[in-house]
Amino acid sequence: MKNRIDSRFEALAAAGRTALIPFVTAGDPDPAWTVSVLHALVDSGADVLELGVPFSDPSADGPVIQAASERAISRGVNLRRVLEYVREFRRKDSETPVVLMGYLNPIERYGYADFAQDAAGSGVDGILMVDCPPEEMENLRGDLDDHGIFPICLVAPTTTEARMDAIAAQARGYLYYVSFKGITGANRLEESSLVDPVRILRSHSKLPLAVGFGIKSPESASAVAGLADGVVIGSALIAALEGADSEQDACARAANFLAPIREAMDNSHS
Amino acid sequence: MSIESSTAEPLSFEPDEYGHFGPYGGTYVSETLIHALDELKEAYFRWRSDDEFMARFDSDLANYVGRPSPLYFAKRLTEVAGGARILLKREDLNHTGAHKINNTVGQALLAHHMGKTRIIAETGAGQHGVASATVAARLGKSCVVYMGEVDIHRQAINVFRMKLLGAEVRPVTSGSQTLKDALNEAMRDWVTNIDDTFYIIGTVAGPHPYPVMVRDFNAVVGREARKQMLKQYEALPDVLVACVGGGSNAMGLFHPFIADDDVRMIGVEAAGKGLHTKHHAASLCAGRPGVLHGCRTYLMDDDSGQIEHTHSVSAGLDYPGVGPEHAWLKDTGRAEYVGVTDDEAMEAFHQLTRLEGILPALESSHAVAYGMRLAAEMRPDQTVLINLSGRGDKDVQTVAELEGITL
Repeated sequence: MKNRIDSRFEALAAAGRTALIPFVTAGDPDPAWTVSVLHALVDSGADVLELGVPFSDPSADGPVIQAASERAISRGVNLRRVLEYVREFRRKDSETPVVLMGYLNPIERYGYADFAQDAAGSGVDGILMVDCPPEEMENLRGDLDDHGIFPICLVAPTTTEARMDAIAAQARGYLYYVSFKGITGANRLEESSLVDPVRILRSHSKLPLAVGFGIKSPESASAVAGLADGVVIGSALIAALEGADSEQDACARAANFLAPIREAMDNSHS
Repeated sequence: MSIESSTAEPLSFEPDEYGHFGPYGGTYVSETLIHALDELKEAYFRWRSDDEFMARFDSDLANYVGRPSPLYFAKRLTEVAGGARILLKREDLNHTGAHKINNTVGQALLAHHMGKTRIIAETGAGQHGVASATVAARLGKSCVVYMGEVDIHRQAINVFRMKLLGAEVRPVTSGSQTLKDALNEAMRDWVTNIDDTFYIIGTVAGPHPYPVMVRDFNAVVGREARKQMLKQYEALPDVLVACVGGGSNAMGLFHPFIADDDVRMIGVEAAGKGLHTKHHAASLCAGRPGVLHGCRTYLMDDDSGQIEHTHSVSAGLDYPGVGPEHAWLKDTGRAEYVGVTDDEAMEAFHQLTRLEGILPALESSHAVAYGMRLAAEMRPDQTVLINLSGRGDKDVQTVAELEGITL
């Protein structure tokens, strides 16, 4: 079966659209609302979903995602539950790709082979483990391949060109370009600084290129959409969901946050 | 007083090029840090074989740290234990009061050669923070030390020392507010300020090349001890005993003895309120392999892979992971790992203080407790060498509080 990520990016390319990729931490603000929030995001223009697997020691994340992880863990959310959310999401949506994003230790504890099998069975299409660079992925890679799950790889401003080739050789689905040196949610993105790295990266890989870290507004999303094949938005969305007092409220907040971004991105192409 | 050259013998038990000790170690970090680690690797392995660099390191250890530290026969402690001869490697006599300075002198020198102007560090007990602030002051570099809010309270004296030395101490309020969270925060700082910042990790954990580099800079402890044994006693010790949190003092002592098959090596972890409880920090004794802070190693986590909160009376041992080389030494059987409880460590703290007039750090007290217990089961012609990794001045407040005394 073809991976949904490939199908989605092919369709977007044909339509001349840039992928909108929201990130939410699974189980935050409330575990019972996560699946509805995911549907709301799709209804408001999301093309790919990144679902954060909460981890106790998120050393690459800023305060917003740290706090979201802590809240989710305190409500009993773990990798097994995250897979259940995806399974439930798939009952109504069999097309939107879902990528799990997080840190390696929960998968270590689950067991690579068991995880790959259960994740594929739940409808997961890719995983992005922040603390697992291609060098350390060898053992996990075999299990992912067996079940058709894509490893999504990061490229950073500090990544050398030689290394871009090595990463491109391992990566599937899309490349995730980290827009600046720093942690998630920091306020340091200057869109103009993306022009050169994106051009260089494209000369090393034919994969679709998504850009994330620091994109907070319709304006910045629209600017990045002019350069990249995908725009990832995480911390700003999580902050928008914070304080929601009901499932309905959370879905409304998700929609109100994402719809203007979708609109701005689509207009940047016209 | 002469000091043995740090380049005297080839280092054995080297990891592979990505820093793997068997299945442990490695480079489990986000992509942004990879380039910085590659630079660090390149610089470290170049300078390690540079005679001038190592001569400067040796000279700093002799003239600034005050090495070599004595190998001291603890006569009354030996009598009370009632068995093997107990020797103490006096790392507590180093400048700033612990073995931690060996590593920070080395890394600061490296930072200087790499042209980095800003030093960051994480600290638990504050000893590594103080040692980092010290070398930063000496080299005129700015220094930020991350420290868990909980540790800031229990190590107030060291916090003040760091501030006197010109360092900024940034409280970490996330997670368990101890050493592991300070490490997370230091990594976040590093990834943000990667161009001008050198991260001095204080233990033999973290991504490659830190475990091997920190070990090498601390291996002066074992090299001296080995030489002192041969000179003073014309024999090698039967057993080496050292406390293990992250494991830098133990690794520094053990490493030069690894090829000496007859020398037992025992790492003592913090068993806190007991290994049967959840309140301890003994990842080798009671944990399992996983991935944390850049390396695969033994750690303490729950069934979902979330890192557990640990407990030890000593802040320096209060860490849920351990250096990957220790994990490998455990699995290969070359070293043994045991646990000593808070209460046992406290008793040893008092015994060493009253019997020898040496006030040990609570971390080191764990090694003393086990060393005494072991000595009691051994013959008088045998030797137990305990690494007295630090002095206990920083802990007097904690000891007073535990015993209900208001200072």
